Amino acid sequence: MEALFDNREAILAGFWATIRLAAMSALLSLVLGTLLAALRVAPVPVLRWSGTVYVNVLRNTPLTLVLLFCSLGISNTLQLNFDVYDPSFNGYWLAIVGLTAYTATFVCETLRSGINTVPLGQAEAARAIGLTFFQSMRLVILPQAFRAVITPLGSVLIALTKNTTVVIVAGYAEAAFVMKEMLYESTGGTLEIFLGFALGFVVLTLPIGFLTGRLARRLEVKR
Amino acid sequence: MRRIVMALAALALGASTLAACGGDDSASDLATRAKESKKIKVGIKFDQTALGVKKPDGTVEGFDVDVAKYVAGKLGVPESGIEWIETISANREPFIQQGQVDMVVATYSILPERKEKVTFAGPYIVAHQDIMVRGDDASITKVEDLKDKRICQASGSNSYKRITDPPPNGRDIPAKLVPAGSYSECIAKLSGNTLDAVTTDDLILAGFASQGGDFKILGTPFTDEKYGIGIKKGDVATCEAINTALSEMYSDGTATQLLQKWFGTAKGLQLPTAVPPAEGCS
Repeated sequence: MEALFDNREAILAGFWATIRLAAMSALLSLVLGTLLAALRVAPVPVLRWSGTVYVNVLRNTPLTLVLLFCSLGISNTLQLNFDVYDPSFNGYWLAIVGLTAYTATFVCETLRSGINTVPLGQAEAARAIGLTFFQSMRLVILPQAFRAVITPLGSVLIALTKNTTVVIVAGYAEAAFVMKEMLYESTGGTLEIFLGFALGFVVLTLPIGFLTGRLARRLEVKR
Repeated sequence: MRRIVMALAALALGASTLAACGGDDSASDLATRAKESKKIKVGIKFDQTALGVKKPDGTVEGFDVDVAKYVAGKLGVPESGIEWIETISANREPFIQQGQVDMVVATYSILPERKEKVTFAGPYIVAHQDIMVRGDDASITKVEDLKDKRICQASGSNSYKRITDPPPNGRDIPAKLVPAGSYSECIAKLSGNTLDAVTTDDLILAGFASQGGDFKILGTPFTDEKYGIGIKKGDVATCEAINTALSEMYSDGTATQLLQKWFGTAKGLQLPTAVPPAEGCS
């Protein structure tokens, strides 16, 4: 316990970094994921095709590789940076780019299965009353699709929160980085450090599951 | 209930017999055991360039590896009798205490808190924390120049604290930290200009520098890291045998040759020629 208590400031800072990272990536990947889902059901073949390629490439690439590409590829080789002289800002956004690009594919696929729960008649009716593709998506299909997949989206967000533990390769230090440093410096107490950080992640992820579960029940589409 | 108690009693009995076995085993010290069995288990790093590396074909190489081979040879173990086991920084003490390895030669700094758990032979070399910058960077020539520069904060290491922490731990120099997964990533970022300096033990830096790339080591050492060989606590006989082997390694020229082989091409590194003063076995 002593090791955890002595380092509580570093630990809290680490978990705060995790929260900042997870929250911003969650927001952006919901947006990007929705756009991707729209692409994948679009009436234009080239849009459908590009959505499918993006999803299949990113979803089947290990996250560590995606993040490493952000730091060594985008930032280091291509020299595309948010602010190369402010490493913590730069690392934060590079990590978000990687996490968002990756998580959005899972959001997209989840949402697409939600779209499949909306009866075809609804889309046909929307087109029949003269709504364009985007209007029918926005007003008729997506609202119902989202309500059907709140629980699985919660799982995606929980996975995202835990996936933040590998963002060190993108150049951002969060809770898992702090843990590794503590393990390096300690000469014992390995188990309690592990358990302490595991508990920290449970505290972050349990509410996500709880809230999305409740929300799913309240917003369920009665058919 | 009764059965559980019986089971527990049986377990306890088993454990005590096992412990007794362990006791018998360590009655003979490592040096004697190694000589008889012609086998030794050596803990090294698998990912420390030029010091301890496991190559894709399964063989190991590096300065630490060569030192371990030399010492094992002096203890009477041929190269084929050495079993190489990976030890990372965090598991070196438990691996020695629990007997997964007989000795650790893995950039293992001799520190008072570690001495409480293991016995150290050596040091076989004294490394110094130093700074490496790009070869064309003239703006950093000493530690103080790191103010507001971007330095690497490698995962699983705390070398950056010697710069940024307040005294007595560090120098309280406000450098910007760039987190990275490993020192290899630090080096990639250094050459790509997304950070300005990498600071850690000069031997580790030299290992990277001798792999290619335009880097220079400043040669402004500001700590002493005495790399020792860790063995089971209290095995003084083996510790002394290793110390003898180490001074022979320096007196017969092997050390100089090995240092040249692994670190000779790095710019700005001073290589030692005499064996560092032994710490004494305890």
